[in-house]
Amino acid sequence: MKKRDRFAPYLFISPWIFGFIAFTAGPLLLSAIMTMFDWPVIGTPTFVGGKNFIEMFTRDNQFWKSIGITLKFMLMFVPLNIIMALILAILISKPLRGISVFRTIFYLPSVVSSVAVAIMWGWIFHPEYGLLNYVLSLLGISGPRWLSDPSWAIVAIVIASLWSLGTMMLIFYTAIKSIPKDIYEDAIIAGASPFRTFFSITLPLITPTLLFNLITSTIGAMQELSLVLLLTRGGPVKSTYFYGLYVYRNAFIHFKPGYAAANAWFMFIIILLLTLLIFKSSPLWVFYEHEVSKKNI
Amino acid sequence: MKIRKIRLGNIFAYLALIVLSLYFIVPFIWMFLTALKSEAEAFAYPPKLFPAEFRIRNFVDAWNSQPFFTFLKNSILVTVLTTLGQLISSSLVAYGFARFDFKGKNILFMILLSTMMIPWDVTVIPLYMEFKLLRWINTLKPLIVPAFFGSAYYIFLLRQFLMGIPKDFEDAAHIDGANHFQTYFRIFLPMMKAPLILISVLNIMTVWNDYLGPLVFLNSRDKYTLPLGLAAFKGMHEMQVIPIMAITTIMIIPPIIAFAFAQKYIIEGMSGALKG
Repeated sequence: MKKRDRFAPYLFISPWIFGFIAFTAGPLLLSAIMTMFDWPVIGTPTFVGGKNFIEMFTRDNQFWKSIGITLKFMLMFVPLNIIMALILAILISKPLRGISVFRTIFYLPSVVSSVAVAIMWGWIFHPEYGLLNYVLSLLGISGPRWLSDPSWAIVAIVIASLWSLGTMMLIFYTAIKSIPKDIYEDAIIAGASPFRTFFSITLPLITPTLLFNLITSTIGAMQELSLVLLLTRGGPVKSTYFYGLYVYRNAFIHFKPGYAAANAWFMFIIILLLTLLIFKSSPLWVFYEHEVSKKNI
Repeated sequence: MKIRKIRLGNIFAYLALIVLSLYFIVPFIWMFLTALKSEAEAFAYPPKLFPAEFRIRNFVDAWNSQPFFTFLKNSILVTVLTTLGQLISSSLVAYGFARFDFKGKNILFMILLSTMMIPWDVTVIPLYMEFKLLRWINTLKPLIVPAFFGSAYYIFLLRQFLMGIPKDFEDAAHIDGANHFQTYFRIFLPMMKAPLILISVLNIMTVWNDYLGPLVFLNSRDKYTLPLGLAAFKGMHEMQVIPIMAITTIMIIPPIIAFAFAQKYIIEGMSGALKG
């Protein structure tokens, strides 16, 4: 092998190496250091050791409140997100005439900016002139003041967030499409009902995809920020003061970057633990193709 | 007997599809119709579905009410340059990972994949400091420059594609006396057309729509991108629903066109990535 050949691959990947050092590893290291400092925007940082973490765990009420709100959002959002995306994926994988039109409609919200999502839903949620409360009034229900009612604002955020489930739907869709047709043919011959076919063939075979979607959905829910910034700004009475917003405000509004770095690292660790938990639980419910034998039908 | 049963099932499927599509499509229709209404019609109760006349002028008035042309110019600049950057750098890096064996390859690739797990909140604060040190805050550079160093997800997608190409192609090129770069540029780059279109479209949609990046790194209005300019406009004039809806309609057109054009590539690309 020529010497040139040994260096060639490193030359090809060098853009990423430099980018990784400058925009990922460097910042990651800096942010880890920042957690131990009182870091003013102007002036010299002072070393404070574990003070930021102690303050966060023991003195900052908003920290625990924001964690609670975010967990509540996650528990509402993730199951609905997965179930709806799966139902839509099953529907669009049916060989029906005009099905690609529906596939496009379901995916459409995923291609627009969160700013557009917030604007469209903000108008739908408008308590007096909004379409949602009008439709509810036709059904004899007097709708809440969605975004300004502390108990409904989080529900409104869930409704608006679920709107962008297109990518998750497409991931399920490609997984369903890749299941070999002959497995289904055997099931039909055996006289299995559509429900039974779904629960004994489709669902077990797409559990790896389900695992992937569960993790990305959970991570996404933990980090939700754009829609709360745009729709409720954390209100009313901080009922939607999500953890992502809490970190963002501490860093860029209250100018406490050291403290915010500690907040962000805590979130990172929680995300890692949650991912690990989901992974560890996966042998209980994730099947790989060779395990699903025909006797299950 | 069997045929009838299937047809009945289809009717239920269509019914479900239509009901569900309302949730996804109505906000778009409602936005568009509101953009065409008069003030009185937009704030009517009960709401009127269609305006008495379609006020196309609303779009022009809305566009001229704020420096949206400047925002558009910034958005286009950022979108075009980042796409260019991603195409060059991500394809080079993916080629390096897919077509060579070298020391540390697996560990480096694992690191690359794991960077996708890092939450935005963790890196954005130090990145802000870093860009401030470089005097890049309130310029478009923080939004553009990182794209020239590749992105983990795009590198991964391109690598998956490149892994599937037989080794014969390099061998033939090397016999012809081509060096590694020439092989990449003349042989592999033309073959990568489909995945390159895919990452271009994904990047155009991501960057054009980005709100948080511009929000953190830009602070004067002449630097705003379209989403940030629109969000600021909404913040100032909460009740100006009609111009806000008009600008939103304009803003969502490019990604919808990009998606319509590349729908096939997106679905194929997704199944390709999943197989890996």
